[in-house]
Amino acid sequence: MSIRHALLALLAEGPKYGLQLREEFESRTGEVWPLNVGQVYTTLQRLERDGLVESDGAAEGPQKSFHLTEGGAGELAEWLRTPPDLSSPPRDELVIKILVAVRLPGVDVHEVIQAHRRFLIELMQQWTRLKNDEADFDLSLALVVDAELFRLDSVIRWLDAADGRIRRAPADAPAGKPAVALRRKIGVRR
Amino acid sequence: MSVLEMRAVSKVYGEGATEVVALQEVDLAVDPGQMVAVMGPSGSGKSSLLTIAGSLEAPTSGEVLVGGGRLAEMSRDELARLRRRSVGYVFQDFNLLPGLTAVENVSLPLELDGLAARRARAAGVAALERLGLADRAGHFPDQLSGGERQRVAIARAVVGDRRLLLADEPTGALDSATGEAVMRLIRQACQQGVAAVVVTHDAQSASWADRVIFLRDGRVTDGTSPPPGPESLLAPGSGR
Repeated sequence: MSIRHALLALLAEGPKYGLQLREEFESRTGEVWPLNVGQVYTTLQRLERDGLVESDGAAEGPQKSFHLTEGGAGELAEWLRTPPDLSSPPRDELVIKILVAVRLPGVDVHEVIQAHRRFLIELMQQWTRLKNDEADFDLSLALVVDAELFRLDSVIRWLDAADGRIRRAPADAPAGKPAVALRRKIGVRR
Repeated sequence: MSVLEMRAVSKVYGEGATEVVALQEVDLAVDPGQMVAVMGPSGSGKSSLLTIAGSLEAPTSGEVLVGGGRLAEMSRDELARLRRRSVGYVFQDFNLLPGLTAVENVSLPLELDGLAARRARAAGVAALERLGLADRAGHFPDQLSGGERQRVAIARAVVGDRRLLLADEPTGALDSATGEAVMRLIRQACQQGVAAVVVTHDAQSASWADRVIFLRDGRVTDGTSPPPGPESLLAPGSGR
């Protein structure tokens, strides 16, 4: 998520000071996203330059208050409805590791898969413990924790599916179509 | 002392050409208050582990102790009493008796154990209350939602003074919010001293456990380390 749009969202509630924006940003994101005050002021300067926010013209520094312009409100509304980039990353590190492990002599790909599966579950245990301990009282934190758990869960499901698919595959399976054909097929750019 | 201890437990079904090895040399200890999740692909031995831990089946070799008592040294009657008094089961499809109300389902094991009907019912009501189901006590299973049925099953599994809860895919038939509520209840039971073994293929359910073990071809192949506190997730620089 861009800090730029997060600040526009906070200013949509009314005029605010820089320090106030930082505090509210951190509490709204379940405090899992630390932000330094320098980032806030740099972003505000850019937003002002682009005509999306205006300052009240008071002296520079912490007493300076910002409010949203009409252009800023339009930008925020458009951002909320713009789908994020969910196209698959060209080099998912875990996928690459499994692809390498499956072909590398002397490497047990299932053992590699299990090492990653265990690590991911351990990470999920930490998030779940956080949810159990605290998230009942904080909607933002609960939403962030759920997002992490579903994301990690989907990676484990992929590992499980990969594990089964590799076990079912004949040992002397050909390497498959050349990668260039796959790239063309799914439209991935180099 | 561990509530459940399995020592080098193996289980073989059939013999000769039809022999199937379900468990091989499994060691497992679950302490009071601890939840252990068992993960593994289908056919890895997860369900055999549960039925043997719950004394529904005997191992081919190895030892099982529940509450310090060796199952192999118990008579059939003693095993039946152990199952009625000390062990609770939770299944994916709830396994409630359709002709009995929620509270009758929960108090049945106590009545079977010889407790007077009135006292058994009072204990059943108390267990349902703890799970937020006091107003559903008189409902029959088909008048309850899936989540409510599983909560009744958990109440039945912990009613009385049960020390060991064995759950086989307890969230398998539930949506994610209801599944989370069920895992939270099992967690709460553990906080009150129950030891739980939860078989699941679902990573989100498994992540409620203190420890996750992985079964493959009947063997424990791996397990998680005790997790560091959640504060490590909030360390500066962990944000993306």
